[in-house]
Amino acid sequence: MKRIISILLENESGALSRVVGLFAQRGYNIDTLTVAPTDDDTLSRLTLTTQGDDQMAEQIVKQLHKLIDTIKVVDLTQGVHIERELMLVKLKASEADIRAEVKSCVEIFRGTIVDVTPKTYTVQLAGDSEKLDAFIEAVREIGIMEVVRSGVSGISRGDKFLRV
Amino acid sequence: MELLSGGDILIRALKDAGVKDVWGYPGGAALHIYDALYRQDDVFHILVRHEQAAVHAADGFSRATGEVGTALVTSGPGATNAITGIATAFMDSIPMVVISGQVPLSKIGQDAFQETDMVGVSRPIVKHSFLVTRAEDIAETIAKAYYIAATGRPGPVVVDIPKDVTDPSHKVPYHWPTEVKMRSYQPTDKGHRGQIKRAVKTLINAKRPVIYTGGGIVIDNASEQLIALAKKLNYPVTNTLMGLGGYPGTDRQYVGMLGMHGTYEANTAMHHSDVIFAVGARFDDRVTNDLDKFCPNATIIHIDVDPTSVSKNIEAHIPIVGTCTSVLTEMLAIAEQMDIEPDAEAIGEWWKQIDEWRADKGIYTASRYEPSSGTCIKPQDVIKMLYKITDGRAIVTSDVGQHQMFAAQYYLFDKPRTWINSGGLGTMGFGLPAAMGCKRAFPDTDVACVTGEGSIQMCIQELSTCTQHNLPVKIINLNNAALGMVRQWQDMNYSSRYSESVYEDSLPDFVKLAEAYGHVGMKITHLDELEEKMRECFAMKDRTVFMDICVDRSEHVYPMQMPGGSMRDLWLNKTERT
Ligand SMILES: Cc1ncc(C[n+]2csc(CCOP(=O)(O)OP(=O)(O)O)c2C)c(N)n1
Ligand SMILES: [Mg+2]
Repeated sequence: MKRIISILLENESGALSRVVGLFAQRGYNIDTLTVAPTDDDTLSRLTLTTQGDDQMAEQIVKQLHKLIDTIKVVDLTQGVHIERELMLVKLKASEADIRAEVKSCVEIFRGTIVDVTPKTYTVQLAGDSEKLDAFIEAVREIGIMEVVRSGVSGISRGDKFLRV
Repeated sequence: MELLSGGDILIRALKDAGVKDVWGYPGGAALHIYDALYRQDDVFHILVRHEQAAVHAADGFSRATGEVGTALVTSGPGATNAITGIATAFMDSIPMVVISGQVPLSKIGQDAFQETDMVGVSRPIVKHSFLVTRAEDIAETIAKAYYIAATGRPGPVVVDIPKDVTDPSHKVPYHWPTEVKMRSYQPTDKGHRGQIKRAVKTLINAKRPVIYTGGGIVIDNASEQLIALAKKLNYPVTNTLMGLGGYPGTDRQYVGMLGMHGTYEANTAMHHSDVIFAVGARFDDRVTNDLDKFCPNATIIHIDVDPTSVSKNIEAHIPIVGTCTSVLTEMLAIAEQMDIEPDAEAIGEWWKQIDEWRADKGIYTASRYEPSSGTCIKPQDVIKMLYKITDGRAIVTSDVGQHQMFAAQYYLFDKPRTWINSGGLGTMGFGLPAAMGCKRAFPDTDVACVTGEGSIQMCIQELSTCTQHNLPVKIINLNNAALGMVRQWQDMNYSSRYSESVYEDSLPDFVKLAEAYGHVGMKITHLDELEEKMRECFAMKDRTVFMDICVDRSEHVYPMQMPGGSMRDLWLNKTERT
């Protein structure tokens, strides 16, 4: 099962490498990873996705918590949550009919075209990972030149929040 | 406010952290620090002959005293030489601070001379690490390092200090923090009250209980509480290799060590138990044997200070996260108040059964090995002699191999912190430097290093440190002219093909070697000499003595768990199995 794990981390040098190292050392995979400072710049918020059953997810959360730089850890998949990922896709689009097809696809997926050349369109899309996957499938035939995904960010729904 | 250089600040901070001894080895990136050491008298430095030994010595000191050990090394090769020692301490949760010099900040990342990314290299084997980038940060970092090393589940902390940060010409104010507070690090102390009550009830209602305790009892100084609870309940107690001494080895309720080379009675009792009360132990693979066959009928109560140890290998039915001392204390209080008592009849039956196992195939009741005779000295008998001559009161360190297991089995440790060995990492070379650390901590106590001719050669150079710093340890070398434990496995699993485990023609003359370092050497080849020579050895209070004892080369360590079996599936000798 896919897990979205969110971590509040001291924004200190070496903190990220400890998180990443832990996964390598304990034989867990990281599927996606995003990290950035929060509104409080002494803190980083890190979101990663991995695969694992309940027992494994529990171990991962406990192991992450054990890192000295870690302030809080939650497995967002344990509750209702919002998941978002940003994607930029550069597509081959030199012929008029293809350009029209891309446009309609982008519209259906509620994306935006953020850059245009005579030969390419660059599309921006946000949503959960499945939606981004679906878009890639939809435009695969057209000709993908480049895909950049931000990795998953997540937040829990409702009144719950992760803060110091 | 007084202005000090980074080097002086470091030494002052060590003093304020309560450090008396630093084990170390100098080099370029650490020279400002060494100069600061030279100009003061508060912190004493002990020069070793290899950085690995500095860390093991600090580790031995820590294991014997419970205090945080300290090692100091230079950058690059000094730092990498320390790695084995750090990993050893990490695996056994030993509180320690390792300070490493680093190339100047401006050179970091340039592949500078003797540059190694120490924080990076040590990352998987430290509790935490710091790279200090300003002299102003040294004192606070040191305070944090000692706090982190000693609290929660203890462990080694690395403090890497670039040379320019200790520059004597750059002076800044010194400030020692009176208190360390970290929002990201708040170790749990007390266990969950409701869980503790459940645990007490389950424990008291047990019919076939076993108390299984590990290094956590020793590290957390929880021996007294453990004894009180075990006595109150009259339950059998078994210790792991790391837990020896946590419960008195000569007590009637003690059933011996458990696990791979544990006693028949301990392993069999575990297998048949209905409640296992695990305290400060971590269900290591050297204990459990095959996880699927582990103790099929047992309800498991597990106390550990580290949540990641709970339900990692074996699912705990009643998990409690807290220190051994606080949880055991609380359990005792609750047990006093509760109006239920253990089922005396069931426990009586259980003891009857355990005593039968003991009498039948126990390790201490009837001899489980052929007796020594003439020139065939059994290694087990050497340990028994050591026990006799030191009155069971020595601090015994060991290396890794058969000799380690014989020491663990046949020296009955009655007190915690008297059995000092590398259990988790199994580091050959640990014994002698660790003994130096113990001797330094307890100069008036006999310190014996039980070793093998293989292991001792991995840190033999420390005989020179013993000379320089007058550390009169006794080296009990069980010389079987082979990497005995390797050879045992080759006997058992590889049709006695001794691939690279024998070297009898090239062993040094250990007597001459000891003498070359200025020590006393003794070679024992006959049983008749053993007692007298060993008495002589321990009578020389102020001499380091190397006893090279030729023991039976063909001896194996038994019992031994069978691979893929349950806890009670054991080889009892070369031909007999359960
Ligand atoms: C540094 C290191 N290298 C290799 C091993 C693997 N090993 C475990 S026991 C052993 C043999 C030890 O020989 P010796 O010290 O003579 O002890 P004996 O088993 O003969 O009593 C070896 C090689 C180890 N534990 N540590
Ligand atoms: Mg040997």
